[in-house]
This record gives sequence, C-alpha cells and structure tokens, in this order.
Amino acid sequence: MNSIYAVLIDGTIYASWLFLVAAGLTVIYGVMRILNMAHGSFYAIGAYAAASMVGWYFNGDGAALPVWGSYLMLVVCALAAGLVVGLVIERGLLRLMYGRDEILMVIITYALLLILEDGMKMVWGVDPYMAYQPYAAMGRSVLGGLKVSNYDLALIVVSLVVGGGLWAWLERTNTGKVLRAVIHDREVAMAMGVNVALMFTLTFVLGTTLGALAGALTAPAISVAPGLGVEVIVLAFAVVVVGGLGSIEGAAAGALLVGLARAAAVHYAPELELFVIYGVMSLVLAVRPQGLFGRTLVRKI
Amino acid sequence: MMRLDRTELCLIAAAVVLAAGGLIAPGWLVFLLTMAFAKALVVQGVVMQMRAGLVSFGQGLFYCVGGYAVGMGGHFFGLTDLAVLLSAGVLAAMLLAMVLGLLLTRYRDIFFAMLSLAFSMILFGVLVKSPQLGSTDGFNVVSWTLFGWSPGKDAAPTTLLAVTLAASLAVALLLYRYVQAGVGVLCEAVRENEVRVEYLGLSPRWLLYSNYVAAAAVSALGGGLTALAAGHIDPEMAYWTTSGEFVFIALLGGTGHVAAPFLAALVFAVVRTYAIEFVPHSWQMILGFTLLGVIVFLPKGLWSLFSRAKAKGAAAS
Repeated sequence: MNSIYAVLIDGTIYASWLFLVAAGLTVIYGVMRILNMAHGSFYAIGAYAAASMVGWYFNGDGAALPVWGSYLMLVVCALAAGLVVGLVIERGLLRLMYGRDEILMVIITYALLLILEDGMKMVWGVDPYMAYQPYAAMGRSVLGGLKVSNYDLALIVVSLVVGGGLWAWLERTNTGKVLRAVIHDREVAMAMGVNVALMFTLTFVLGTTLGALAGALTAPAISVAPGLGVEVIVLAFAVVVVGGLGSIEGAAAGALLVGLARAAAVHYAPELELFVIYGVMSLVLAVRPQGLFGRTLVRKI
Repeated sequence: MMRLDRTELCLIAAAVVLAAGGLIAPGWLVFLLTMAFAKALVVQGVVMQMRAGLVSFGQGLFYCVGGYAVGMGGHFFGLTDLAVLLSAGVLAAMLLAMVLGLLLTRYRDIFFAMLSLAFSMILFGVLVKSPQLGSTDGFNVVSWTLFGWSPGKDAAPTTLLAVTLAASLAVALLLYRYVQAGVGVLCEAVRENEVRVEYLGLSPRWLLYSNYVAAAAVSALGGGLTALAAGHIDPEMAYWTTSGEFVFIALLGGTGHVAAPFLAALVFAVVRTYAIEFVPHSWQMILGFTLLGVIVFLPKGLWSLFSRAKAKGAAAS
C-alpha cells in the first residue's frame, strides 16, 4: 500500500518535470510543424545559465544574500537565455529554412543540436556545475510517512501554472486565437491577414523559453554537465508523441502516463526503468498512431 | 555467366585496390578503413530507407544487434568463426526487423523516425540494465577464426579489412542490382507518391516491409564487422546519437549512387580522426555546420559533385 502511495507521489513529481520539458517542444511543433531536436539543448542552456548564475550569487563577497533572490535568479536566467537563444536561432537560421520537408527540418534541428552541444562546452567548459542552495533551502516535508523535498512539490505547482497559463493564453486571448488559426491552416490564416512570420518568431521564442525554464528549474536538483540535453530530448519526444504532437493537453496526459509508469518501474522492477518509457510510447502508438490527443491528418494525393 | 556493367567492374576494381593497399598500409590506416567500411554498411541500411522516403533515427538498433550477436556468440556459445558470428547477427536482426516492421511500416515521416528511435532506445535501456552483459561498459569480443584458421595478432587486422571489403563489395553489387530491380524502383515511387503506387495495385506497405528487413540485415552485418574490428561492444551502439551519426553520413553521401555511402563514411572517418585530435571540443560543432552546409548547398550529397561534373562533361562533348 505504502509503495503505491510512493509511486503516485514520485510519479506526479516526475510527470510535472516531464511536462515542463515537453511543453515547449509541443508548442513549437503545433504551430510551426518543426520537431525540434535542439529542444534538449535549450533545456541544457537554461540549466547552465541558472547554475552558473546561482553559483555566482551565493559566492559573492561573503555577504549573506537572501535565498529568495536565487529563485528569482533562476527564472530571470531562463527568460533571458530563452529569449536570446530563441531569437538568434529563429531569425538567424530557421527563418531561412521554412517551407522545407518536415523530416528535413528534424535533421536541421539535429545539426543545431550538435552545434549547441559544443557551443555550451566552449562557454561553460566540461566540468559539472552545482547549484544546490535553492533546493536545500526549501527543506523537506513529510507526506503520509514519506519524506518529500519541498522544491519538488513546488515544481508540481509551477508546471500546473505553466500548463494552465498556456491553455488560457491559447484559448482565451486574441493572440491565442490567431495562433490557433495558424495551427489549423497556415495558408488561410495568411490570406486572412495574419502575420504568420511574427507568429512563428513568437512561438519559437516561447518554446525556447519554456525549455530554458525547465532546465533552470531542474538545475538545483542535479549536477549540470555536458550531455544533459541529449538525454532529455528523447524523453521529451516520448512524452510528446504519446500525447499527440502539438497538443498541450496531450503533453500533460503523456507526461502523467510516462511519469507514473516510470515511477512504478523504479519501485517494482528497477531494471525496466528505461524500457518502460519507450514501451509506453510504442504501445500507445500501436493503438493510436497519432497519439492520445493528436489530430488525424488527411492523406493528400 | 552474369554480365557485369561498367559500374560493377569499377566497384570490384576499387575493392581489389583497397584490399591490396591494406597489405602495405600502416596499422592505423587499416583500422580506419575497416571501421569506415563497416559503418558504411550500416549507412547503406539508412540510405535504402531514405530512398523510400523514410528516415530511420534508429538504425543503431540493428548495428547494435549485429555487434552484440558477435560478442555474445563468442562469449556464451563459444563460437569463434567469423562467418558464423556475422550470419548470426544478420539472422537475429532480420528476425527482429520482421516483427518490428509489422508495426513500423504503418508510420511515415517523423513518426517513423521517432518510433524507430524509440525501439533502439528500448534496446539501449535493456542493455544498460543487464549486468550479465556488462551493463554500460559492454564487454570485449573474443578473437575470431576464419574457417578454422586463426590469423594471430599480426595478420588479424589485414584479414579483417579484406573480409570487410569483400562484404562491402558483395553488398554494393547486390544493392546496385536492387535499386535497378522492381523493388528498388518502386521504393522511389513510394517516396514520390504512395497513394498512386497503391492505385497501381501494389502494396507500399509490403514494399517498405521487405525493404526494412533487408536494410536491417545490411546494417547488422556492418555492426558485426565493427564489433570484430573494435574488439569491444557497449550499449552506446544503440544510443540515438549513434543513429544520428549514420543519418549524418547518409546525407553527406546522398542517395545518388551505391558507392556514395562508402565515400561519405571514409570522408567522415578521416575528418573525425583529425578533428578529435586537434579540436576535441568542437568536433560536433564542425559536424553540425557541415550538415547545415550539405543541406543548403549539396541537397543531394557529396555524390552530386561527381554526377554534376559528369553531366557537364556529357553536355560539353
């Protein structure tokens, strides 16, 4: 009984993290039809930026700075990194590649991933970064006999806020409506006077920032080292594909499913930990090729 | 007697020249050539599917199956014969592909790419969590024999190069015929317009299925040869970045000619050797920029340089 409870808690925490990572990926695919392999690198850039800034924050002249400042630092780092990287990449590279085959776009973002991986090594070196202070400062609480880090619990709240915010933005605001029109039919939207290029830039920067935010918020819980993005991206793919590419509800459902499945595997059959994530993905795709919330596309002759 | 055309004669000549060169080449070059040609075989598998419009981001799966079949055959079953080990890998990969193909051939574009990636990551996950297979470290491959003859330490690399070249030649000749035969031509038709192929009364799914299984066999052969040459296998062979490397080489060479993947794999191996020595932390960055350059300036790969030159020559005369 106790272990089922533990699976639920662990699974939810892991799912909220997965959702944060996958949200940006699904937003970008939904609007731009680009399956962004470099998303993991945006995550890693966010993590590096946050870890190095938080490290700097706590190392300043011995003055005891308040801990809350470091949380602010995490978010600011994510926003700044996402904004800069997103703008540079969209304006500098992707803009020139639009209209190409979907699968070719995957390969282009793969090239981007290779470049960013080494770019990060040049900027931050190959030694790991630690920024445990914000994580440790929140302490732990006991939930039904289980010790859980408050930081992890806060992550659940953050992902709920991010998910809710995205949903409200898409469904309830004017820009969101326009964006949905672009998702539905790019050409007709363009004919109706929508500035699709602007919408693309907006979406890409939003997606990058979400990726960087996920990285920045994870940084205190891990040691930030090279190869981070490469590991994360396949997980994010699994989540997004399970939920249906381009769907935010789908990403949430996919994250929950994958998160709980992994937590169950970790508790009951640790040797299946990695297997189970892709197992879930293959199983869902075998039954519903377009994912849980995906739209079926009409075949064109 | 089978009649050979000019391309086939050229392929045979190239293989003979390389094998003869292997006798006098220094050890590092022999190793580099063996690895390049073994990997090129895996790339052939990617290219075969690319010709049908599918990009496999999980060809590492069969590469790994081929490699592990060689390693496990030697370790657990006491097999040392090279031909037996390699065929075991090819058979295992074909069996696996026959099962996975049933599911995978229902998908196209990025879904195919992602699902093939997922399957190779499943294998990676299983291998990493199997301590009896050496977990993340993998294990060493036992020394091999060829039809009862043990080559010893000195002759082994050269012999393996000759075997790899022979295998590459056989695959190249087969594939050269394959792309001209009905199946090969139809694969391209499927890429161009699948629904029309269906209207003609053919089954694209069956075509893609047999193509998938054949590609798996070729890739597993490459994996087995790599394992024999490197003398070591680890789960990294199934990791998705390995598959990404194969896609990279495939795009670098292009799908224009059966020799293109071999050429691209050679260029890749040479550049990689020097890049890792001189700029160890910017190797991937070089790859990334090259990939972008190839996509923008040489969308048909390195081989288009040759065919373009040839077309110009033909126009001039």
